[in-house]
Amino acid sequence: MITYWQIFIAFFIPGIVGYGGGPASIPLVENEVVGRFGWMSVQQFSEMLAMANALPGPIATKMAGYIGFQQGGVLGAVVGVFATVAPSLILMIVLLSVLNKFKDSPKVKLMTALIRPTIAILLGGMAFSFFQTSYDGVGIWQTILLVVVSFILLEKVKLNPAFVIVFALAYGGIFL
Amino acid sequence: MTQWHIFIAFFRVGMLGYGGGPSSIPLVKKEVVEKYKWLDDEEFSNILALCNSLPGPIATKMAGYIGYRVAGLWGMVNAVLATIIPTIVIMILLLTFLASMSDQPWVQGMTRAVVPVVGVMLAVLTYEFLKKAKGGLGWVVMSILVVVSVLLIEVAGVHPAFLIGALLVYALVKPHKEKEQKEDEKVRGKMSL
Repeated sequence: MITYWQIFIAFFIPGIVGYGGGPASIPLVENEVVGRFGWMSVQQFSEMLAMANALPGPIATKMAGYIGFQQGGVLGAVVGVFATVAPSLILMIVLLSVLNKFKDSPKVKLMTALIRPTIAILLGGMAFSFFQTSYDGVGIWQTILLVVVSFILLEKVKLNPAFVIVFALAYGGIFL
Repeated sequence: MTQWHIFIAFFRVGMLGYGGGPSSIPLVKKEVVEKYKWLDDEEFSNILALCNSLPGPIATKMAGYIGYRVAGLWGMVNAVLATIIPTIVIMILLLTFLASMSDQPWVQGMTRAVVPVVGVMLAVLTYEFLKKAKGGLGWVVMSILVVVSVLLIEVAGVHPAFLIGALLVYALVKPHKEKEQKEDEKVRGKMSL
């Protein structure tokens, strides 16, 4: 029972404070899952995030489903996904008439704008800890190689992230 | 028949949308506005604006609300499940398979190689968030918020939800000026994440 409650909390908080869609909630999920409850290491979280990025569909629910499943089986997955999806969805349906009036309100827009730097810092902090984990695991040269090549493929060649992840998996399987 | 159409529409969106919920917005539009004509262009833009102004994942809010509009409560449940279930199942199967092989050296190599790549993706996301923040808030406010966030979260170890909550409350109680509104609108137009 405690486990299910923790799963609920771990995904309820990112679902309710994560403005800007699924990707904005990645660092918030990491904070709960790695930082607070210690269910995963940074390495395991990045592995999961890589998979979530490579597969289609919303990021937040894939993370919630998988982590929930790992911690509490099928029911855990249901609890995780429910905690991610339900609060904001219910809010939306309930507040619809009110929101229709306020959706152009500068206050609502300011809310999204103001939390962006904080989300950026959270994302940056995660990126940093991922690079550090990689440096500890495979050393500086492999890390630089993988960072540079994947950056070029993602941002210059505009390759689909799924292919970049698959290439990285193949490279690691053979050479690392 | 409607329920079946709802299921197929959002199943396709879930299976074809790479890069998370926000990237599936155009796919939802294609199904809902162009293919099944459940909504017109304007209604769709309204729903999108609402989704953007509420917390939580975009894709499930859209699916849930559109499903609800078209076919009531069951339409909502149907649309949300069609969006998320297929990919969650694939994810659990793949990762469980990988975890069961985690003692193999080649699996360890795979997971090691993927860490820096995900780091790059997050760094790019960081940059995009900062760029948008600069556009909406200006250099000065953005820099102050960046420094405050670093100090509170990374140094003092405050839970990010408190900081975000405080910022949201501030946005609600702060008196508003005309000039900001225009700038906010500019950001809004660009917001796709």
